[in-house]
Amino acid sequence: MAGAFSTLSEADSKALVAAHGIPVPREHLASTPADAARAADELGYPVVVKLCGDAIAHKTERGLVRLGITSAADVESAASELLAAASPEDGDVQVLVAPMLRGTRELIAGLNHDPQFGMTVMLGIGGILAESIADVTFRLVPIDRVDAEEMIDDLAAQTLLGPFRGEPAVDRERVMDVLVGLSRAAEADPSIVSVDLNPLIVVDGVPIAVDALVEVALVEVQR
Amino acid sequence: MTFPIDTEHFRALFDPRGVVVAGASAHPGKFGFVALHNILSCGFAGAVFATNLEGGSVLGVETVRSIADIPDGVADLVVVCTPAAANLELLKGCAARGIRAAFVTSAGYADAGPDGVRAQEELVAVAAELGILVAGPNGQGLVSTPSSLCAQMVGPYPSRGKIGLASQSGNLVSAFMNLATQTGVGVSRAVSAGNAAMTSVADFLEFYGSDPETAVGLAYVEGVADGRAFFDRMRRVAREKPVVIVKGGATAGGQRAAASHTGALATDDRVFDGACRQAGVTRAASFEEAFDAAASFATQPLPRGPNTAVVTTAGGWGVVTADAIARSDLRLAPLPDDLRAAIDQKLPPRWSRSNPLDMAGAETRDTIPEVLALTAAHPEIDAIVYLGLGIQSNEAHLMKSGRFYPDHGLERIVAYHERQDTRFAEAAAAISDETGKPVLTASELAVAAPGNPGPVTVRATGRYCYPSAERAVRALEHMWRYARHQQRRQS
Repeated sequence: MAGAFSTLSEADSKALVAAHGIPVPREHLASTPADAARAADELGYPVVVKLCGDAIAHKTERGLVRLGITSAADVESAASELLAAASPEDGDVQVLVAPMLRGTRELIAGLNHDPQFGMTVMLGIGGILAESIADVTFRLVPIDRVDAEEMIDDLAAQTLLGPFRGEPAVDRERVMDVLVGLSRAAEADPSIVSVDLNPLIVVDGVPIAVDALVEVALVEVQR
Repeated sequence: MTFPIDTEHFRALFDPRGVVVAGASAHPGKFGFVALHNILSCGFAGAVFATNLEGGSVLGVETVRSIADIPDGVADLVVVCTPAAANLELLKGCAARGIRAAFVTSAGYADAGPDGVRAQEELVAVAAELGILVAGPNGQGLVSTPSSLCAQMVGPYPSRGKIGLASQSGNLVSAFMNLATQTGVGVSRAVSAGNAAMTSVADFLEFYGSDPETAVGLAYVEGVADGRAFFDRMRRVAREKPVVIVKGGATAGGQRAAASHTGALATDDRVFDGACRQAGVTRAASFEEAFDAAASFATQPLPRGPNTAVVTTAGGWGVVTADAIARSDLRLAPLPDDLRAAIDQKLPPRWSRSNPLDMAGAETRDTIPEVLALTAAHPEIDAIVYLGLGIQSNEAHLMKSGRFYPDHGLERIVAYHERQDTRFAEAAAAISDETGKPVLTASELAVAAPGNPGPVTVRATGRYCYPSAERAVRALEHMWRYARHQQRRQS
């Protein structure tokens, strides 16, 4: 494939995938610490505050995510610090204020371009051990709901998908929505190079994309 | 494929009216001799011609010096054993004689550096212009049992069967045919793609999809040039009939070996795996598993569901098989009450009365065929794995070779044991035919004592005697996955 890539901001990435039926948290963009605090008041506590911009890809590694904030004052100071931490290369930045979602289980899903097979949909078990567990499965775009259901069946950690530690079973229909939504996004927008939904936190059985990163080609890619 | 190749080209390749061996040799170590030898000695019924620059007779065939001396319109296939440099002129002469297909064994093409790559491109361009399908070059040949055609440089020549083979590696074709011969399952067509200049493994599998002589395609691949196109084509073939693929280069180490062997590109193995599942292609993890799956598709009806019954006269094997089923996508079917009651009429109470249906030594003369028939006929059972065949004949073998035979009643009991195993194997096949359900017979005696009347009779019924229960379960699981893939996509 040819051409240069750029990343969309987290907010734009989420808007893109949400348009294809993928659940994302209810969240707000704020340009100032005061706006951020108002947004948090409206959402209810605790919240997460993250720096958000087109060029910011590795938020966690750079310490640009603040979790579990419980008051407006703390939101304001977190937002101030994050906005101050932005470097000139980050371009225009804002802060994203989101409810702090809790769930024991995490999934990952996405779109990736394979050099031989073209665009693929991926589903895997997420969390901090995800890479070493490597419980992932792929299909080629486009997929239908039958393919999506078989992807869920492919995962080795089926016990994680059932009722788990007081939480209900993962709603397989909603996971299928995510996978089919990714496939539709790839079909609808050929400029998409990759999508990374990492993690999808399972809340009351529903997988919600608490982070999203979409890479797009600046010029039409050849597939 | 580079020009519109149609089924007629493949017919010319696999079912030619006549064959020309170009570059026939009187030296038994040369390809040009071996190809002619194998075509003649394996019983090809059509006309056989041979060319040799110096003329003369080889194996009783009067060779001609030029392809121009072959009669017009009687040969469809040329097996090319001449040096690469001679082949363009040869193909032109072949086209003038009405030949539509060429298997090129000659090396010196893409296997031989940049000059060879150019020579190969030229070969393909000339053949396409002439309307000749080229298989190879640098391949070891082809087999087509419906035409009794063995146009290859190596053994074996397998019995006739329903497996269509294609491979990026010649010796894997031979290896699959060795198993097909040993097990009696047989082969319809087999071809080594060689450098795959014009026709690739995918092209052959596509032909097998439309070939009435072939029930299942079985392929070894190391990589595919255009994965997406390969996927689309295999999905179309798999809608018609099963395709079994074993892929080399699934690991980083294997990928390096494949890159030096066929120049295959590395792709994430999990992507290839997902693509196979999506297309309904049976991907086998090993050579044996691939053969077992293909042999099953070729000789058994597809299961309509996962509910599997184990019928056994060997308790331990029943337990091992239950474990294997539990680890698979199959289901160890709960024994239906009415079936239990029906079998209670046939056996004393010490049988297992659950699945696995273990006779526990309580069986009498007719029990096994009766239990197999009752079980297979039950609507809640989709498939049977039958274990314990050949045990009686194994003992009979000891009696027969001992010093007391044939006295003390041994002759009679030996004959009885052997007759029983023969009956059981025949019953398993007949019941499968009657019910349209798979009945897989597994016994290590298939390998350990292939002359045992049990395995011998399984082969005689056209079925495969699985060398272990675990391998039978894995093969049945592949059949169920294929059937399920079709079922889910029909509704």
